[in-house]
Amino acid sequence: MTDATINISSANFRPGTSDAEIEAAAAKAAAHRRHTVTFWRLAILFVFLGAWEIAGRMAWIDPFFYAMPSTIAGRLYEWITEGTSEGPLWYHLYVTMEESVLGFVTGSVAGIIIGVALGRNRMAADIFSIYIKLINSIPRVVLAPIFIMILGLGLASKVALAFVMVFFVVFHNAFQGVREADRAMIANARILGASDWQLTRSVIVPSAMSWIFASLHVSFGFAIIGAIVGEFVGSRFGIGLLINIAKGSFDAAGMYAAIVIVMVVALGAEYLMTLVENRLAKWRPQPLHETQ
Amino acid sequence: MAIEKTAPAIELINVSRRFLSPTGKSLTAIRDFTMTVERGEFVAVVGPTGCGKSTTLNLVTGLASPSAGEVRVMGAPVKGIDPRIGFVFQTDALFPWRTVIENVMAGPLFRGKPKAQAQASARDWLARVGLARFEQHYPHQLSGGMRKRVALAQTFINGPEILLMDEPFSALDVQTRVLMHEELLRLWSEAKASVVFVTHDLEEAIALADKVYVLTAGPATVKSVYTIDLPRPRVVADIRYEQSFIDYSRTIWADLKEEVETSYARAAA
Repeated sequence: MTDATINISSANFRPGTSDAEIEAAAAKAAAHRRHTVTFWRLAILFVFLGAWEIAGRMAWIDPFFYAMPSTIAGRLYEWITEGTSEGPLWYHLYVTMEESVLGFVTGSVAGIIIGVALGRNRMAADIFSIYIKLINSIPRVVLAPIFIMILGLGLASKVALAFVMVFFVVFHNAFQGVREADRAMIANARILGASDWQLTRSVIVPSAMSWIFASLHVSFGFAIIGAIVGEFVGSRFGIGLLINIAKGSFDAAGMYAAIVIVMVVALGAEYLMTLVENRLAKWRPQPLHETQ
Repeated sequence: MAIEKTAPAIELINVSRRFLSPTGKSLTAIRDFTMTVERGEFVAVVGPTGCGKSTTLNLVTGLASPSAGEVRVMGAPVKGIDPRIGFVFQTDALFPWRTVIENVMAGPLFRGKPKAQAQASARDWLARVGLARFEQHYPHQLSGGMRKRVALAQTFINGPEILLMDEPFSALDVQTRVLMHEELLRLWSEAKASVVFVTHDLEEAIALADKVYVLTAGPATVKSVYTIDLPRPRVVADIRYEQSFIDYSRTIWADLKEEVETSYARAAA
């Protein structure tokens, strides 16, 4: 028998250490941290743009080659309101996006299907791995002239280039993801009664999904690279064409303006991808302390 | 089929199983292994770590086939995965991207049951293992003991006639393990399945089983068989303090100890 009873409700906290006070302090610290991060992010951006602008105006760097934030903004404004020398900006952007999205979707679907198929079939994987390594060792952009020669100046050649940029990244991750699937989990599904197809669909693919998603993040950027490089080499429309024409007329502001447009689009795509992934991956444990 | 009715649930007759090591060498995991499990019987298999206990279970499921000898389930030789068998794994084998109820429904759905029926049956099993409130949780949100309960429901929902368990509770803390023992005995007495329970914990084996098989250090073969004549229903939490339990424990341990020491000496060499 114990005669020392602990009465929790009357326990004496040191002042400022009650649950509510600790929670309030933690919330305050987190908010403060967020503000600090935002402040420094903006500060660095403004200092960078300001230094660039001043350097250009003071002629420390030649604005003819390096442009200035103000002239780039001016060019963007002009493109948006009046259109480019090659027609409306939105149409060029639409063309580039169409190429990237088509290449991204076909490339990642093909990468997932072939990656999963080879991941499930050891013999086929051993036979084809040498060819995949061979093709993978080609720097993808050298294929651009070939695709344009074969498929012409239009949509198809750019989609093909975006496709090969995306395919190998997604393929490798899907293949690896399948190989890493937990053996006990697979045995469990088989004993529970899963057929080969059910096993692939409801165990192998979901468990490879986090690997696949990691590759999808980078591969949309790769699809944009493919589309733009294709447009450089030969096209009638697209952001790549705008960059090419700006280069031909020594229009530095135009080149940087096109880069800004691509940056914004790629960031937007990345954001969408994260949203989709978070929805699909709600089964994963969340870290206790979320930064950001 | 008169033979079907009277045949034991599981028979392993002079079974051997060899493996190829990654370097291409042939290794014997079990040799000349003979074991019979009657219908409704609870058999525990104990032996030193790494002696080939799990291999015996894989032979019964059809995930592995014997190099020599014969494995029979319900009187018929094993061909592929038998739908009458359920298996509880040592590691967590739940599907982490599925909710608790979706995990339990997996078996019936794989076997082509309609969704509504699978769901109703899964609800029933979750209630029986005391997890009705956790239907919509994901496995990572549950404790180890709760995840094991989900695994039990996932296995029992298929109505297995044979239940194979490979050190299922070895990752749980001692208190949770005793609760899981009670849970398992209750489910087993309702389901009337034949059980093979592989473990390295002798007390667990004695507390649960009708018969305890002691294996030799690898390559494993049956060293001795003990019939545990403790009355059922058993209260696992208390049974370990009874004199007859202690006697069993002492006798079997004397037998098992030699093998454990052999196995340990070999690992150290």
